[in-house]
Amino acid sequence: MAEVLVVTSGKGGVGKTTSTAALGAALAQTGQSVVVIDFDVGLRNLDLVMGAERRVVYDLINVVQGDANLNQALIKDKRVESLSLLPASQTRDKDALTAEGVERVINELKGKFDWIICDSPAGIERGAYFAMRHADLAVIVTNPEVSSVRDSDRIIGLLDSKTEKAERGETMEKLLLLTRYDPVRAERGDMLKVDDVLEILSIPLLGIIPESPEVLKASNLGSPVTLANPISAPSRAYLDAARRLRGETIEMTVPSEKKRFFGNLFGRRAA
Amino acid sequence: MSVLKFFTRRSSAPAARERLQLLLAHERAVFGRTDLVAQLKDEILAVIAKHIAIDPEKVRIKTDTRDTLATLEVDIEIRTPNGGLKLAG
Ligand SMILES: Nc1ncnc2c1ncn2[C@@H]1O[C@H](COP(=O)(O)OP(=O)(O)O)[C@@H](O)[C@H]1O
Ligand SMILES: [Mg+2]
Repeated sequence: MAEVLVVTSGKGGVGKTTSTAALGAALAQTGQSVVVIDFDVGLRNLDLVMGAERRVVYDLINVVQGDANLNQALIKDKRVESLSLLPASQTRDKDALTAEGVERVINELKGKFDWIICDSPAGIERGAYFAMRHADLAVIVTNPEVSSVRDSDRIIGLLDSKTEKAERGETMEKLLLLTRYDPVRAERGDMLKVDDVLEILSIPLLGIIPESPEVLKASNLGSPVTLANPISAPSRAYLDAARRLRGETIEMTVPSEKKRFFGNLFGRRAA
Repeated sequence: MSVLKFFTRRSSAPAARERLQLLLAHERAVFGRTDLVAQLKDEILAVIAKHIAIDPEKVRIKTDTRDTLATLEVDIEIRTPNGGLKLAG
């Protein structure tokens, strides 16, 4: 049975799209079939992070409106066979998505994939609502910073009231993905610690993704970070998180880059 | 900045934590977390049950928001043989 997962946060720029691509690729790397859907209508960028921007012909809105079928719109990843992308369109018409259309697309995808990962736009408007509407499970992407934690708390409230699962009287499973974490600054007391955020939001932890230049390098190359550099610190954190999603118990750590002195001196290379 | 102030620089994370806890306590009451009602019900029940015999089935808790006003309505039926309040213990 397909698992519908929404990657959401309320606040923009915290790492939802990065995390959608990385978790999607990581799950696909373990052999699961995965589709990542961009719900950020008008500001699509999951296609760029995935390196598929030049292969977009049809998009989510075309499928929702019946102008294309799913097979025409889905873009198969060139690196991992079991990974696909359903891109957002660049239309400025925010009403282009409809509740019935989105529901039909999600139901159709359920027959084709193990995981359906919905990349939510920022905010608490229509797009964010459609992205979470059919979810079985929510990954709340949060930075250790006051406004991000506050927005995550709002989103948790919406997940508990505005989703199909909530309306059926069931509890939505919500997992915290703490991203852009800097253990050194947290230790110095200049950044909220993991335990602070966990205590305030009181949802279980899926993973801690360290702040790392590897993320920007990967997006420059148009590749999920777990594919661009699987042994980098953020990749190891995402790969662990993906295994936790599959039910494995893995010790929680904040992976860090190994200091390779000679590697850094002589092996310097631009991305 | 005085030298002393420089060396005793206070970290900012505890302030962030404190501000968030205060703010979210307020916002959760206004916007509501759906499990908030269930949680309130359990906790209010536990407090009252320490003093009064109550039937958990006869407790209704409702939250409501209109414009800027949020209300919490707690309705507890207390049944005693002689109709008065009966304190436990
Ligand atoms: N762990 C990280 N380390 C460093 N930069 C990051 C990390 N995660 C995300 N970023 C950067 O933050 C910016 C916003 O990320 P993005 O995934 O687009 O956020 P969102 O989808 O929530 O708006 C991007 O420039 C991205 O490269
Ligand atoms: Mg995004």
